[in-house]
Formats: sequence, C-alpha cells, structure tokens
Amino acid sequence: MIILGIESSCDETAVSIVKDKKEILASIVASQIDVHKEFGGVVPEVASRIHVENISYCIEQAFSQANMTMDDIDAIAVTKGPGLIGCLHVGVQAAKTLAFAYHKPLVPVHHLAGHIYANELVVDLEFPVLALVVSGGNSELVYMKDETSFEILGQTQDDAIGEAYDKVARVLNLGYPGGPKIDKLARQGKPVYALAKPKTQGKYDFSFSGLKSSVLQFVKRQERLNQTYDMADLAASFQETALNEIFDKVKAVLNDYPDIKHFVVGGGVSANSRLREKIEELKPKYPNVTFTVPPMSCCTDNANMIAVAGEIAYKAGRRADASLTADSSWEIQ
Amino acid sequence: MKTIEIHSLEQTNEFAQKIAACLKDKQMVITLDGDLGAGKTTWTKALGKALGVKSVINSPTFTILKSYKQGNGQPLHHIDAYRLEGASQDLGFEDCFDEGICVVEWSQFIEDQLPEDRLCISIEEGIDENRIITMEATGPNSQQVLEEYHD
Repeated sequence: MIILGIESSCDETAVSIVKDKKEILASIVASQIDVHKEFGGVVPEVASRIHVENISYCIEQAFSQANMTMDDIDAIAVTKGPGLIGCLHVGVQAAKTLAFAYHKPLVPVHHLAGHIYANELVVDLEFPVLALVVSGGNSELVYMKDETSFEILGQTQDDAIGEAYDKVARVLNLGYPGGPKIDKLARQGKPVYALAKPKTQGKYDFSFSGLKSSVLQFVKRQERLNQTYDMADLAASFQETALNEIFDKVKAVLNDYPDIKHFVVGGGVSANSRLREKIEELKPKYPNVTFTVPPMSCCTDNANMIAVAGEIAYKAGRRADASLTADSSWEIQ
Repeated sequence: MKTIEIHSLEQTNEFAQKIAACLKDKQMVITLDGDLGAGKTTWTKALGKALGVKSVINSPTFTILKSYKQGNGQPLHHIDAYRLEGASQDLGFEDCFDEGICVVEWSQFIEDQLPEDRLCISIEEGIDENRIITMEATGPNSQQVLEEYHD
C-alpha cells in the first residue's frame, strides 16, 4: 500500500509518502523551531498560520520527491489529535480536501500511536509491546497486547518530560528547545546536586513538576546565599533525576509484565544521549526483550509515522468521511 | 478580597475542595496566577478531582487547552497561556468561558479575551510548602462564590 501521511499537530508541517510501512518514498518537514526560538516556545496562532502557508508546498514537494501523483496513493492518513487545535485543523482540512477531490479513503491517526508505530519503519513489532513515548507534550508508557490495542499503564501526572526540559532550560537561560542544550551541558557535568525526587501515586506514573520546581528553588537559594553553582553539574543532576524517574518505571513494568517481548521508544526526547545509554544498560538485564531505539529520523514529529500508522489503521478498517474534525485531546486508539 | 495561608500540600487540596464546593453546578472563570513551581497545576488537579473529574489532569502547557468532564457532566477547561506571551490574536477561548468551569494559568497573556466577571486566585510562594493565597472577585457571580467561601 502507498499512503500519503499529513502531520501538523505542533511545530512541524510534515507530508510523507510511505510504501508498505517500510519504504519512505518522500518525506517533507517544514519546521518552525526557528520562529519559536524567539518566543521561548510555540505560539499557536503563529504556528497555525505558518502551517497554512506551508501545507500546500509540502504536499507538492512530497509528490515531486516521490515522482508520483495522487493517482498512485491508496489512502490518506492524517493526525486528528492530540495537539494544538488550530494547527491540527490545517492538516485535517488538507487531508479531507484531497480525499474528497480524488476519491481516496481518509484515515484519522492518533499522534501518540504514530510515535509508537514509527518503529515499524525499521523493525517489525513483536507483541506484546511496551512503548515509551517521551516528548514535549507526552510522557507515557503504553502496553500493546496486539497491533491495535493500547493500554496506558503510566503517564505524567503534571508536566511532560520535554516540557520540564524546556522550562528548566528557560530558568538556566539556555534557550529553546531545551532538551538538546541540557543534554549537551549535562555531558560536561556530574549529577552532584540533590534535587527533589518525583513522587507519584500510580506505580507506573511519572511526575516532573516537582523536579522542575526543585531546580528553580535551588537556583534561587544559591542566589539568595550569594553562592555560585556549576551549571553543567546542575544540568546533569536534573537530567539524571528526570531519566531515573522514567527508567524506574520502565523497569517496574518490565518486571511486572514478563510477557512483554519488545520495548520501543518514540518522541523527540528519545534523541537524548543519556536516555539512549540507559536503554543500552537495560538490555543485558532483560535478555528476553528486544529493545529498539529507532534512528532520530523516526523519533521527531514527521509524517512518516503518520503514514505507517495510517496503513495499520486502514487495514484494521478505520475510515473517516468529510465530517472528520481535529480533536485536541483525542484518546489514543 | 480574601487572603489565606497554607502550609502543606494537604492544605492546598483542602482549599481546592472548599472552592469546588462553592463552584458546584456554577459557571465560572478562574484565573490562577503564581510563578513556575508555585503549585498551579497541583491546585487545578485537586479542584478537578473535587468536581468529579475522573481522568488524569496534567499540564496543558503543550496543547494550551485541555478539557475534562465534571461529575455533573459540565466541562472543566484548563488553559495555560504560558506560551502565548506576545501572541495578540483571538484564539477562540470564548466557548470555554461560557460553559462550566474554566481555569486559566498565566492569564495575563490573554487578559483582553477574559470575561469581566472572574475569580482571581494568586498563589504566592514562600519557603518550602508555605503559600499565601489571595482571592479576588471582579463581578457579581465571582463575588457570590467568594462570599460562600469560608475557611
């Protein structure tokens, strides 16, 4: 099958053409990171306006790159949610219009499911799967008994991990996006400062808000006492505490669900070098589990993952008609 | 205007529960101000729980708006305008302000879009878990909620 995927849930306007879940025939991503840098974050109305400007161009470019026309497309997949509502609308409208004009099936896709299925580009998922999705808007542990069932075992009770990175980076004046900056700085430091360890009620849930506050209070306290501190050590302390929070829960799930065959990662924070190291450390402890950390091109927001998720959902019989609307807080399915 | 002091997370929860009791079945916009880490999301979680929201209430920073269903079927909207600094367009929040309860964090960034009658809560951070909370009403409906509130 050849699927046209469209993604516009946040920073990126992305259009891809993917064949049989594995072969990327075209992948166009127009990122708005540069625009958002000056604001220290995403500005939704600016974001949706830029999506409007970019979407037609991205679709054209995708067909040009694949050397194809709409006639070659079997179905159109689009991110229905979750995300910034104004941004989602742009992709959904474009997909609906194409589906209507060219009489193609329309398949709505969940952004988080896309991050998980992105692994299919490089490996065949072996079920049951445990997926860790970590990004600016997501921190979830998802158990998949089979290809189309999603059970959220744990999720953040407050901030997403990427959001905590961004906010801490803002406190430390490192700029946006905060993840790569903190990761880089942390590599030069040691986790010597004691920060508040996150506390959650749910066994597999995450919390990052208290940790973020703890960094803030640490900085304020040092300033109040007129004491200096090492930025690299603080970055390393934050990063280690945040990632321990993630990996303590990952280990808890792997211990409690011995049926899990495959552990996969998705979302932009999986670019983090320390996170990748920690996954390597897990491998020898769980010899019956396959660990996949897909290449970065599969982790960030792009439309490849939407096309892959679209093919799976299409084969499971999911369709939408012209009444499809974006849903900013859509539950995973 | 009412000012209260709280000294622990439990008291934050109690305070949110009392406000929830005053808000039950009402329509109200609440602005919630305080620095990063003051406990705005924590407070909103406690409020939502007391209003009968079953799903997890977590940070709306990324998507700006998250919506939940209260026990009585009415919506609870949670807006975080943290990332809207400098954005001047109308974002279409009116719908959220016209139904159920709407909690707005970093409301100064969308000040011109807020309704006139609202309950303004500000959380001032002290050492550790100590907080000073100030509540102010800006219209008849919010005034009624404030009058119903007792320590």
